[in-house]
Amino acid sequence: MNLLDKLLFCWRSVSRTRLRSMMLLLAMAIGVCSVVMLTSLGEGARNYVMQEFAFLGKDVLVMFPGRNETTGGLPPVTGAAARNITLTETLRLQRAVPAILKVAPVIIGSTLVSHGERGREVIVLGTTGAFPDIRQMSLDQGRNLHLDPGHKDNECLVGSTLLQELLPNQPAIGQLLRVADYRCRVVGVLSGRGDAFGMDLSDSVLVSISLAQQLFNTDSLFRVLLQVNTQQPLAATKKRIEEEMARLHQNELDVTIVSPDAMLATFDQILTIMTLAVGGIGAISLLVAGVLVMNLTIINTSQRTPEIGLLKALGAAEQTVLQLILWEAALLALAGALTGLLASALLLTLASVLWPSFPMQPPLWAVVAATATAVLAALLFAWVPARRASRLSPIHALYRR
Amino acid sequence: MIELRQLCKTFVLGDQPVKALDTIDLSIGVGEYISVMGPSGSGKSTLLNMIGLLDRPDSGSYTFENAETTTMSEPQRAELRSQRMGFVFQAYHLIPRLTARENIELPMVLGRVSSAERQRRSQEVMERLGIADRSHHLPKQLSGGQRQRVALARAIICKPALLLADEPTGNLDSHSGAEVVALLEELNRDGITLLVVTHDADLGARARRQLKMLDGRIDRDLTPG
Repeated sequence: MNLLDKLLFCWRSVSRTRLRSMMLLLAMAIGVCSVVMLTSLGEGARNYVMQEFAFLGKDVLVMFPGRNETTGGLPPVTGAAARNITLTETLRLQRAVPAILKVAPVIIGSTLVSHGERGREVIVLGTTGAFPDIRQMSLDQGRNLHLDPGHKDNECLVGSTLLQELLPNQPAIGQLLRVADYRCRVVGVLSGRGDAFGMDLSDSVLVSISLAQQLFNTDSLFRVLLQVNTQQPLAATKKRIEEEMARLHQNELDVTIVSPDAMLATFDQILTIMTLAVGGIGAISLLVAGVLVMNLTIINTSQRTPEIGLLKALGAAEQTVLQLILWEAALLALAGALTGLLASALLLTLASVLWPSFPMQPPLWAVVAATATAVLAALLFAWVPARRASRLSPIHALYRR
Repeated sequence: MIELRQLCKTFVLGDQPVKALDTIDLSIGVGEYISVMGPSGSGKSTLLNMIGLLDRPDSGSYTFENAETTTMSEPQRAELRSQRMGFVFQAYHLIPRLTARENIELPMVLGRVSSAERQRRSQEVMERLGIADRSHHLPKQLSGGQRQRVALARAIICKPALLLADEPTGNLDSHSGAEVVALLEELNRDGITLLVVTHDADLGARARRQLKMLDGRIDRDLTPG
């Protein structure tokens, strides 16, 4: 019996016993589909977390005053925790370190913002046009803030929620808002949420840094975002910045610079464990599918015992019978696996339409492993009954003794 | 053609050993037409299975066409079955999901006969047995007589020297049964050695040589006329 004849024989067996083939196919498809879906969920969760915490790009360093250090003894006589970082220093820093592409100084506080009768206590972020640039925030309307920190105009960008509260259904650009005791012109509207430092910026206002300095009567910066050239090693740039800040601060390093890697590393452990757990769940569902295949193969071969006896009576060798059963199992498993992959692709497409913010995507290893395991499990579990059936004496098989 | 010497086979039913074949000696020549009759449990089916190489004896010797079969390996016996023997069973033993033609071609598929040759030979046999118009029907769409003719076609497609029929008319009405018997006898006239196991005294009486079995022994070996 040549290969083509064997495959043809298997195909007839599969295509003309629809119900049984369908059941096997379904079992396999569900197994593969569940593995792909589960790992996709896991990967989706992972991607979601990464996305949420990737608000800072890979090329952005965050600098803030003070050192994360444990100190002992008496508190400093001055009472000041650390020396401030000032706007002037950031300008010097940028000139001194060529690897710095953009600097966004940030002063933060909260105050009453009002327009006419409507007022609202919101977070006020004093910065320059570099901040929305670095954060890759987009604007619904208008233009960005001025890039130059020395610019003296009082202008602001309004978050979408705040806009609805203060200026419902009216043109926003060019309107004057009252921010505490200052008047400030709206030049643009932020789109979406735009998280920063875990805050929702849609209910806040971004003002020129010069206005923020007056509002909160301070020179000291809360944070400085530094976008750097990634063609040079991040660690070297970071070291260079630390040196420069120390020089500006009388040779005392009293600032902390955090790179995005350090923040993401914190989540790495959690995400790794999550991936493992999801992989485990996937493995269990594949096992269940494998057992289903085994059961169906055993039932199938025992139902077809007379047929196997007949094949042997007609002169089929043991090997031929074995191969026929195994081929059939492999073909069904493969078809089932493909059906499962197709079903999961459809489900994932549907999910991406329903929940676009949750990026579900199966990892490649899961797709490959699920398909391979399905076929291997089918072969392995078909092997035992196939071998038993192929060794039956024709007379026992024919008359079911 | 066939020589059985001191052939024994014992089955254990429950805890009771039953001698299905009890030191059988039998010679069968080429072209003979033999019926085997006897009550249930007399060992006639076992004798047929033994001659058809479907079963192995406990002791004794069986030479088929001058070759000792008891020492052959299973693949060798399978080869001999497929090349030299044809089987017809009471329950037809057709594969339900294959069409008449596919069932008939099965021995040739197993025997690696080319597709064109299979087509030619199955067409020829189906025409001879009057089932050519049923070639694409599944067994369940055929009458009992047609099914047995498909089974017969399958049995002779590889041009065997020996045709073994186990109650070939057992599931058929008298008309279809007579047709099948006529076909079997026609094949025998063309030179095939025919061995029929049956309960039916009328069918048994048609054979030129009639064996009566009792308790695993050949009780009578008649050659009337």
